[in-house]
Amino acid sequence: MTDLSRLPCALIQPLLTHVVRRIAARHPSLFARLGPHQSTDFLIDPIELPFALHLRPDPEALIFRAVPRDAAPHPGALIRGKFMLLLELMDAEEDGDAAFFSRDLEVSGDTEAVVRLRNALDDVDGSIAEETADMFGAPGRVILARLRRNYPTQENGAVAP
Amino acid sequence: MAVTEMTKLTLGPIAYHWSAEKRRDFYARIADETPVDEVYLGEVICSKRAPFHEADLPDTIARLERAGKTVILSSLAEVMLKRERKATADLAAMDAPEIEINNAAGLYVRGDRPHRIGPFMNAYNEATIAWMARQGASHICLPTELPAEAIAVATKAARDLGLGVEVQVFGRASLAVSARCYHARAHGRTKDNCQFVCEDDADGMPLCTTDERPILRVNGIQTQSQSYVDLLPEMPKLASVGVTHLRLMPQAVDMVAVARTFRDALDCTSNITDAEQALHDICGDVAFSNGFYYGQAGYRRIAMAASG
Amino acid sequence: MSLAELICPAGTPAALRTAVDAGADAVYCGFQDATNARNFPGLNFTPDELAEAVIYAHAKGTKVLLALNTYPPAGKVDLWRQAADTGARLGIDAFIVADMGVADYIAQTHPQVRLHLSVQAAASSPEAIRYYCENFGVKRVVLPRILTIPEIKQVRKEIPCEIETFIFGNHGLMVEGRCSLTNYLTGQSTNMDGVCSPASDVEYKRDADGTMSSQLAGFTIDCFGPDEKAGYPTICKGRYTAPHRSDAYYAFEEPVSLNLSRLLPELIDAGVHAFKIEGRQRSKSYVRGVVSAFRRAVDDIRAGRSADMADLVALTEGQKQTQGAFETKKWR
Repeated sequence: MTDLSRLPCALIQPLLTHVVRRIAARHPSLFARLGPHQSTDFLIDPIELPFALHLRPDPEALIFRAVPRDAAPHPGALIRGKFMLLLELMDAEEDGDAAFFSRDLEVSGDTEAVVRLRNALDDVDGSIAEETADMFGAPGRVILARLRRNYPTQENGAVAP
Repeated sequence: MAVTEMTKLTLGPIAYHWSAEKRRDFYARIADETPVDEVYLGEVICSKRAPFHEADLPDTIARLERAGKTVILSSLAEVMLKRERKATADLAAMDAPEIEINNAAGLYVRGDRPHRIGPFMNAYNEATIAWMARQGASHICLPTELPAEAIAVATKAARDLGLGVEVQVFGRASLAVSARCYHARAHGRTKDNCQFVCEDDADGMPLCTTDERPILRVNGIQTQSQSYVDLLPEMPKLASVGVTHLRLMPQAVDMVAVARTFRDALDCTSNITDAEQALHDICGDVAFSNGFYYGQAGYRRIAMAASG
Repeated sequence: MSLAELICPAGTPAALRTAVDAGADAVYCGFQDATNARNFPGLNFTPDELAEAVIYAHAKGTKVLLALNTYPPAGKVDLWRQAADTGARLGIDAFIVADMGVADYIAQTHPQVRLHLSVQAAASSPEAIRYYCENFGVKRVVLPRILTIPEIKQVRKEIPCEIETFIFGNHGLMVEGRCSLTNYLTGQSTNMDGVCSPASDVEYKRDADGTMSSQLAGFTIDCFGPDEKAGYPTICKGRYTAPHRSDAYYAFEEPVSLNLSRLLPELIDAGVHAFKIEGRQRSKSYVRGVVSAFRRAVDDIRAGRSADMADLVALTEGQKQTQGAFETKKWR
C-alpha cells in the first residue's frame, strides 16, 4: 500500500489546504460553474483509504480536509469510489457517467451538486493531480508516479490494496 | 358571465384504438346528447388503426353536422412511412370539413390554405403563432404543458391576429410519442406485428413504478399522463384571457356527462365546487391534475388560489 | 460521395478544445440557459467563453454550431433572439434550431448564417423537411433516430438539404421536441427549459445489499442489483409494471447507447453528409475517446480502408450498445 493511506489526517491536512488554495487561485472559473453549490459540503470517500475528504468549495472560505469516516460531517453530497478512480475523474482521465454506469462510482445526496462539481472540474485544462504534485517539486512527482504505478487500472481488474 | 358564454367546448380526437362499433355508438351520443360545439375526428396516433374506422367517417361527419356540431379532421402526429405521408396529403387536399394539422408534413402539403394548428405542432409562443398565422392558420391549439402566464401571452397574440385559441381542459395529457409501439413491446411484439393489442385498453395501459405507484399510460406509440388533466376550476380564468375553445379529450368514462358538467360550469348554472364533485363522481378514482397550468409538475393537483 | 463531417459535442470550453484537437470537423455547443436542450447545471458557455471558443476552433479549421434548439414559451422569446444575435456577432458557423418563430427570426435577421434543423423539430418525412428548407432556408436536417438506412436513402433523394444523423451516444426513444415526461414529474420542461431528468430532482438510494434505486422527483425510475449496470435516471429508460407484466420491465427502452460505427460506410453511401456524436453532458475523457475513434474510422473509410473501430462499449449507457432503428424496422 501507498504511503498516503497511512498518513494520519492531521499530517496531510496542511498539504490539502495548500493544494486546494493553489488550485482555486489558478482556476477561478471553476467556482462559476459550481453556482449555488459553492457552499455545499461534499464528502469524497475513497473506499480503500482510512479517511474521507471533506470539500466545501466556497471561494471565500475554502475547506478541503481529511476526516475520519466516523467524524465526517453529514454531507450535502457523497461521492464514493476507489481512490485512483476518483483521482482520474478529477483529472478527466475517466468519464464520470461511464464510471457511474459500471457502478464503480457511487453518488448520493444532492445530485445537482455532484453534477456541477464534475462539470466544473472537467472544464479545468490539464491535470490537477500533476499540478498538485508539481507544487511539491520532485518529491511530489515521485509520489504521484508511485501512486499510479501501485494502483491497478480498471482494465487489469481492481484489486483491493 | 358574458365572456364565458362565448367560450366553445370541443371534443378532441379519440386517442385510443376503440372499435368501429364503439366509435359509432360514441359519436351517436355525442351528436344527440352532448353539449359540445365542435368535434375533432380522425386518427392522430397510429396510422395502422385508421383503416378500421375510416369507412365510417363520412356518416359520422354527416351525423354530427346534422346535430349542429362543427366537425374538424385531425391529422397524424407522426409522419414517416409512405402510408402516413399519403394520409396526410389526402387530408390536406380536402376543402371541407376543416382540418387540424399535427405535423409539419401537413403544413407543407396544405400550403397557405386555411387550417387549424393541432397540439402536437408546438405553437409555444407569439413569434411561432404569428408565423403560422401568416401561412394560413386560423386557429391554434396550445401545447398541453404551457403554463398560465404563457397561455395568456400566446392567446393575446393569437387573438390579435384573429385566430381562435384552444386549450385542453379535460383528459389525459399526451406526454410523448415515439416511432416504437410500447403496446406491442409490452406483449413481446413489434409494431409491424402488433395484432392491434392496444384495442384491449380503452383508456390506455397503466404503468406503475416498482413501488406500485401509478405513473403513466401507454397508448400504442403514445405515452400519456396517468392523471386526467382537469382545468374546470380554471375555465373562467382561461376565458378571461381570451381562450376561445376548451378541449375535452375522450376517455373511457361517460363523456356526455363530462361535457354537461363542463358546459354547466361554463354557463354558471352550477358552481365550480359542485361541478368538480360531479366530475369526480363521473370519473371514479382517477386522479386529476393541473400542475402544467401552474408551472409545476404536471401530475400535481394545485388548489386554485382564492381570487375574484 | 458526401464529406462525412464529424459533428462533436462540447459541454464546456475545455471539452470544445478537446474535440477540436481530437479531429472534430465541427463542434456544437450552447449557452448557459434555456435556449438549448442541454441546459444542465455547470454546463455550457458564457458569451465570453463562446467568443474564445470560436477563435480557437476557427484557428484549427473547425466549425462551431450553436444549439438554439428549444421552444421559447410565450413572453420569453427575447432570450432566444438575444442568443441568436450574440451567436451571429461572435461568428458561429450555423444555428441549430427547432422552433419556427426562432427559425423565422434568424432567417430574417441573420440571413448570412446557416440554419440547421435540430432533431428537436422532429422532421421525419421529406415534406416536413422541405417545409423548413423552403420557408427558412434550412441547409441541413438532423434526422430523428427512427429511420432505417434504406429510408434515409429515400429521404435524401426527396429533399434539397444535407442530412446529419446521430452515430453514437444517448439513444432517445421519444420523438424529440414532443416529450413532456420530465415536466410531468418535475415541473421543468424539456422543450421550454432545456432539461431532461434534471439533476436537482434526481436521487440515488443505496441499500445495504448494494442495490441502488434511482428516483426522479420521488418516483422510482429504476432499481439496479449490486452487479447490474446502470443507466441515466430518465423516465424513458425506467422499469415499470403493467397489468400483465407484474415483473418490472423496460417499458420503453433499456439503458443502452447508440453505436453505428459498423454502419458508417452504408450511411455515407445513403447520402448522409454529417455524423453527429451525442454527449454535451459527458466529460472530456468521453469526448477525447469517442471523437478520436470516429475520426480514425471516417479517415479510414475515406481512404478506402476498412475502419478499425476502438471499443467504446465502456462509455455507453448500461454498458450496452445498439444500432437501433438504423439496422432494422423491427426495432419499432
